[in-house]
Amino acid sequence: MEIFALTLAGIFMAGAPLVLATLGETLTEKAGIINLSLDGSILLSAMTAFAISTTFDNPWLGVLGGMGVGALIAGVLGIIGIYLGQSQLAVGFILTLLCRDLAYFLGHSFSRQPGPDLGMWTIPGIGDITFIGPLFGSQSPVVYLSLFAIFLCWWWMYRTEGGIRLRAVGESPRAAFGRGIRVRLVRLCYCLAGGALVGMAGAAYSLAVKPGWGRPQGCEGAGWIVLAIVIFGGWHPVRAALGAFFFAAIQISGIYLQDVFPSIPAPVFQVAPFPIMILTLLAMNTGRMGWVQDFVRRYPFLKNASKGWSVEAPAALGEDFNPKKGL
Amino acid sequence: MKRDSFLEQIGWLGAALGLALLLTVLVALPAGAPPFETIYVLFKGGLSSISKIGRVFSVWVPLTLCAVGLLLPFTARLWNIGVEGQVIMGAIFCTAALRPYDEGGMMQIAIAIGAGMLGGALWALLAGLLRVFGRVHEIFSGLGLNFVALGVTLWLIFGPWKRAGVASMSGTQPIDISLWLPKIGKLSVSWIGLALTITAIIAVYFLLHRTKWGLKLRAVGENPKAATLFALGPRRRLLQAFMICGACAGLAGATQVLGVYHRLLPAISSNYGYTALLVGMMASYRLGLVPFICLFFAILNVGSIQLPLQMGLDSSLSGVIQGVMVLSVFIIQGVRMWVREREEVD
Repeated sequence: MEIFALTLAGIFMAGAPLVLATLGETLTEKAGIINLSLDGSILLSAMTAFAISTTFDNPWLGVLGGMGVGALIAGVLGIIGIYLGQSQLAVGFILTLLCRDLAYFLGHSFSRQPGPDLGMWTIPGIGDITFIGPLFGSQSPVVYLSLFAIFLCWWWMYRTEGGIRLRAVGESPRAAFGRGIRVRLVRLCYCLAGGALVGMAGAAYSLAVKPGWGRPQGCEGAGWIVLAIVIFGGWHPVRAALGAFFFAAIQISGIYLQDVFPSIPAPVFQVAPFPIMILTLLAMNTGRMGWVQDFVRRYPFLKNASKGWSVEAPAALGEDFNPKKGL
Repeated sequence: MKRDSFLEQIGWLGAALGLALLLTVLVALPAGAPPFETIYVLFKGGLSSISKIGRVFSVWVPLTLCAVGLLLPFTARLWNIGVEGQVIMGAIFCTAALRPYDEGGMMQIAIAIGAGMLGGALWALLAGLLRVFGRVHEIFSGLGLNFVALGVTLWLIFGPWKRAGVASMSGTQPIDISLWLPKIGKLSVSWIGLALTITAIIAVYFLLHRTKWGLKLRAVGENPKAATLFALGPRRRLLQAFMICGACAGLAGATQVLGVYHRLLPAISSNYGYTALLVGMMASYRLGLVPFICLFFAILNVGSIQLPLQMGLDSSLSGVIQGVMVLSVFIIQGVRMWVREREEVD
């Protein structure tokens, strides 16, 4: 029981940045914009967060800096993609590579330096409770932040008027425009907000989960996993967060499997999430194929079991909206 | 819609280059690097001697191979992001084909090149099958397979193919000198690599612009639904385009093993796949521009090796400049469209 709780605590820790970035990207994609630059954004904001917190000896300033950088990158993507009408995917991909190299270039002098990290927060009084104690008694602040962010995102999306606007510009920008919503501006705002969350994820890597900066930092590739989790999560914050914890569990189990199979070199386990990412997407898309749907229709119990398996993306995801070009 | 005059086009190109330069300077300042001296060192490092120019061409070969290959899937409006992994797979198959031979000649080199192309093509076919039949977006299938290919390389280097006694990131046992691609004089570039690359450029030109296959591929890209109705076989054609692209990338991987590193190591692909995607975007996928942009990017790559030695900077600056240039091209394209729109409104 104790070991199980500790493993779960490890999953919460490893999953925290994944959750933050997934929520950010879910917000952005809900508004109809694909921010493909995640992998680079996370790295650059991780570097910035570490550099700022080392320079000013204050990790929370670093978190703010990371969020700023994440928002800045998303802003560049937003302006080029929304207002200048260029392909979001292409610009996002360029930014991925650009930000990665920029992170290594600018972070050169901070490489392998000691620096502050976010430490642990202890909640008094619950440390001795079985199971809950080791799980929530003393954790990194990013874990609490990520859990709070899940709730906040869900609440904002489904319980506020702002959330309705957000979903409207992603599902049907024309209708939203007709209702007097400034579609492009709303999209840009959620691009920035999502980017800030992604930046927070980067800071969570370099200040808590894998403290420090270097080449490689250790969070390379996480951005791509996050992009897949958003699809897996069906653009719903809670389901997306569960997906993030699922992938965190795979990463953690890699460490255990390493002890079971000592002959397999350690780096091999680090790429394990990627084939699983492909297989998950494959399994989700299989549900949409004709012959599978026929098969499921024949067996009622399968129909119930597969409910909610296939999910639809926001209808206007990745589409341009230019109010001047007519409705 | 009126077309821009030649002068205007030059003006826009100048604006893009100016913006790229401005952004590069802005980026260099926080790293504490004197911007113009850095750029000078960068170009001097790539062009100052004949041997350096030879090295530039040894980068140009794999980069151009990947970039011209990418034109085929793009003609069908698909991105082959998996090109990086296809380079790695090509290198793995090439090394595998050479393992039985302690030494050899042209025959073995030809076999190894063929194996490399096969490896790249098979890896591309896998990404293509996932896209066409599994409906997994090619960004995820390609990218995931890139990481898988890297995992396979690491497993081989630390596992079955490890050097006797030591296993390290420096790679497998080097191949015998008789299996190296013959070099031009003392330059590090091989005439075989250059010849293969130029052949690939010409072959892709003919495929795309002079054959029915290319015309049909274009039709598939423009309108997949109509392509199905006209029985152009869009699925088969997409897979073929992916495989030819993969074969080019695999060839690039083989030249890396046979001509540059002479062994398999984790960094065998040197990021050329991703850089080639940038080249394609910057050229707007026009074949005529690709070799020249590749040449420019190759100069930056080779020049950047001097940065850590002379200036104490990280060599990733070349990647930064490449990214900034492509981004500037996109920004200027957008501004140009915006200006044109306003003119039409007036």
